[in-house]
Amino acid sequence: MNEIDRQEGAVIRVNGPIIHAEGMGHVGAFEVVKVGADGLIGEVLKLAGDVATIQVYEYTGGLKPGDVVKATGSALAVTLAPGLLGNIFDGLQRPLRVLAERDDAFLQVGAQAEPLDPDRLWRFEPTVKPGEELHEGQPFAVVKESPIIDHRLMAPPGMSGTVSEIKPAGEYTISQTLCALDTPQGKRQLTMVQRWPVRRPRPKAGRKTSNEVLVTGQRVIDTLFPVSKGGVACLPGDFGTGKTVLQQQLAKWSDADIIVYVGCGERGNEMADVLRTFPELEDPRTGRALMERTILVANTSNMPVAAREVSIYTGITLAEYYRDMGYAVALMADSTSRWAEALREASSRLEEMPAEQGYPAYLSARLAQFYERAGLVRTLGGAEGSLSVIGAVSPPGGDFSEPVTQHTMRFTRCLWALERSLAHARHYPAVSWTDSYSQYLSDVAPWWESHDPDWLSQRGEIVDLLSEERNLQEIVKLVGPDVLPDAQRLTLLVADLFKTGFLQQDATDPVDTFCVPGKQVKLLRAFVMFYRRASAIIQRGAPISRVREMDVTQRLRRAKMLEEKELDNLLAELEARMDKLEQQYT
Amino acid sequence: MIRDNPVQYVGVDRIDEPLIYLSGVRDVGYDETVQVADQQGSYRPGTVLEVGRNRAVVQVLGGTTGLSTSQTRVRFEGAPFSVRVTEDMLGRAFDGLGRPIDGGPSPIGGEERAVSGVPINPAARAYPTDFIHTGVSIIDGSNSLIRGQKLPIFSGNGLPHQQLTAQIVRQATIAEAESFAVVLAGMGIKNDEADYFRHSFEDAGALGKVALFLSPADAPSVERILTPQVALTLAEYLAFERDMHVLVLLTDMTNYCDALREISSARDEIPARKGYPGHLYSDLAAIYERAGRIKGAEGSITQIPILTMPSDDISHPVPDLTGYITEGQIVSERGLFLKGIYPPIDALGSLSRLMKDGVGKGFTRDDHIAVSNQLYAAYSRVEDVRGLASVIGEDELSPADRQFLEFGDAFERQYLAQGENENRTIEQTLDTAWKVISILPRSELVRLNDQMLDQHYSRQEQD
Repeated sequence: MNEIDRQEGAVIRVNGPIIHAEGMGHVGAFEVVKVGADGLIGEVLKLAGDVATIQVYEYTGGLKPGDVVKATGSALAVTLAPGLLGNIFDGLQRPLRVLAERDDAFLQVGAQAEPLDPDRLWRFEPTVKPGEELHEGQPFAVVKESPIIDHRLMAPPGMSGTVSEIKPAGEYTISQTLCALDTPQGKRQLTMVQRWPVRRPRPKAGRKTSNEVLVTGQRVIDTLFPVSKGGVACLPGDFGTGKTVLQQQLAKWSDADIIVYVGCGERGNEMADVLRTFPELEDPRTGRALMERTILVANTSNMPVAAREVSIYTGITLAEYYRDMGYAVALMADSTSRWAEALREASSRLEEMPAEQGYPAYLSARLAQFYERAGLVRTLGGAEGSLSVIGAVSPPGGDFSEPVTQHTMRFTRCLWALERSLAHARHYPAVSWTDSYSQYLSDVAPWWESHDPDWLSQRGEIVDLLSEERNLQEIVKLVGPDVLPDAQRLTLLVADLFKTGFLQQDATDPVDTFCVPGKQVKLLRAFVMFYRRASAIIQRGAPISRVREMDVTQRLRRAKMLEEKELDNLLAELEARMDKLEQQYT
Repeated sequence: MIRDNPVQYVGVDRIDEPLIYLSGVRDVGYDETVQVADQQGSYRPGTVLEVGRNRAVVQVLGGTTGLSTSQTRVRFEGAPFSVRVTEDMLGRAFDGLGRPIDGGPSPIGGEERAVSGVPINPAARAYPTDFIHTGVSIIDGSNSLIRGQKLPIFSGNGLPHQQLTAQIVRQATIAEAESFAVVLAGMGIKNDEADYFRHSFEDAGALGKVALFLSPADAPSVERILTPQVALTLAEYLAFERDMHVLVLLTDMTNYCDALREISSARDEIPARKGYPGHLYSDLAAIYERAGRIKGAEGSITQIPILTMPSDDISHPVPDLTGYITEGQIVSERGLFLKGIYPPIDALGSLSRLMKDGVGKGFTRDDHIAVSNQLYAAYSRVEDVRGLASVIGEDELSPADRQFLEFGDAFERQYLAQGENENRTIEQTLDTAWKVISILPRSELVRLNDQMLDQHYSRQEQD
């Protein structure tokens, strides 16, 4: 890539991960440079005359003025080819498993390795013939990357032409030339590899509105605050409220084809947990190990802070690449606050004027650019692919008015707010039903109504019930529940049942960890029906105790542990018992 | 790594505690160690915070007291700050930078290691799943400590966190295999506190397995910047080279953070919250993430950081950022302390994230997680009922609510409270849990399944 004989620059100042170098008049902004004898990877942030301000992605101890800085001529880019799935990379796409085997358990400064195995042979099946036109983004071959995922090799963006040569089906490595194109710019050769700069969104033909739910299997999310395929959701929560457990649940059970999980500035043990459990867990839709559809990007909190800032972009570029193949991709980023803090740290060392709480003024622009990379799109190749993004936010002190939470809420249409008091009572997932919202509701309502035509109205009844209960609780706090009329005590009872029997979901229970849409609509129907019938009976004069004492009431509480088809029996029995009770009060 | 001829410079431009600014220096690397000598010729170490063309900023770990601009001599060592670590350091006491203070010789043999450490590759970590018995019900039963975990104690001024920590160490080490060690880093530690720990380890007969790194309250605050790193460097050596199970106590992390703030403010950095630097999270993570297990290695590092929450405020940056990095927290509560309950632990605010994978079937007892969740759920309702009782009076409460009050008291007096030397088995802890939960009617216990209720629920005492 680097044909020009480039000069070398020299370090003149080192301040943590930010260095200044002179003799850099030839480099471009955001070009990657290699610093010092170890060739530490850095990125040019600013240029003034021939002095460059460089962010270095590794520990800079021992660097000194006069150390050499070499330009590479390219921007920070990732390698896109078969072998990404099931892998774990750091923020700079270094393969962590390879490093763990080659070096030792500790990450050495300046360690370098090919992101993808250069020697591995992949089964290649061409899908075009010589003489055919190949448009940018269109596939020319398929590689079976895993038993469930066909990796479509595509003409890179900006490259269209006539196929002049194509290799026959067979086994090839990722770097072998497989296809030659005659393009208006001349002959181009294609391998399995594309490179793409992480900070630039991959192009698409157009955006579409998504009407399909990203089924997460988590009842409080799918039923109360659904997100669509291609949607973005913000997941703020104080420490200990279960952000990471919920993010992992979403990564496990969401009905996306590909999951990209970015552990950004979080705990090493969490990554170890994912690496331990995902290969053993089975995807309920395909029966294959979850790891086979998952890519992990891990830049834990103790790894260099500058690389943490990049890890989010590395992750989303990998996700876009699979979206371009026509897949439904979901990206979980845990936590975007750590990314914002990395931005703040760099900004502070650059001596920029801070805006709120020390964060740079461009924080909101960066967040917007990131979340706008999500969406349901028509790809360059004409397929339909989606990229959903779920960003966890860690507000300091649990204060949602802080800048990262506030700006994230501006650019996401769905909020799953985690509440400390719920977590204290071990009510998980601790998603607040009063503070959360989803603006995708009207987009996806038809999808749900194909499962149950009354879905929207039933959901509305439950939401009203929950908000009425919260108002009643204010009164209960002052006078106790016993003075309330029975109709209101019924509201308290049903809300309590719904909280334990529907909203609470046990991530560690093999049955409850995941709830299919069919089961969700039946459970919802059961609670709504119970509430309606019981209200009518109480209006006729039955005391609340009669409703409370029915054993079906307690069974409703545990109905979530039943199979989907067993719920039909429960519904029928519930109706029958209600009929019986009603007869006593006619 | 050490340069053959360390260069020595005389005179500095500016002294601004704890920093010195030098110019006319050459070939100085970022983060390298320096030795700074005063007029009397006694050396104190420092590290390079920033280098520019011919200039450097150095933080002096011994403080700048007594240094002059014209007479100060500075020697650059050409290598990062390092200490010699050996197994013989167990049973010894050192200052905050790893120099002996017990009159014994400097360690020999072992390895010389840079204290900053190198991050563990997340792909090389082994996920922690081994339950550590501490004999304290609120920990074992409700917030289990797992080998390789980092579980801090959030305390307040005057609350008995030392007693609790010492009790955990005493009782955990008794249950541990022989290849255990304790490393204590005391940052800004009071002398009587240090003595308390020393006596407590002595009483347990464990002093020979303990290495103390003490940066006392009256030492220059900048000295404690490196104390956790020095202690953890020894811990990593013992765990991953000597196959030991190392328990690391870091007390008090608030003092460490205050020292960081002092340096940050001296450097005119833009502060984030309450004057603490924006990189406080990364600094704390660099310490806390040095806990864990490694695939293929026998040893482990378990960390119990201790910190005081200024004004008992858990949203203060130090406990807040700590809670985001560590795998749970044990939170002290003044209200319980005033009621005379030891250990005064706020059950609802406390959490162990690794508990789910280290207890229950095959580890402790089948009903462990369920009964623990049920205790939490019920105790959280006690708070509401107490609030109500304070408004309408206890007599006006419904019978069900009164049972919750009774349960709440029993939870605090029987399950939570225990003696400072009381070492409960996990069976005793879980049986006590069942005893107090059985105060409530069976229909309220919705987190427990019938099989567990049939086996353990006993309400005979009430009727």
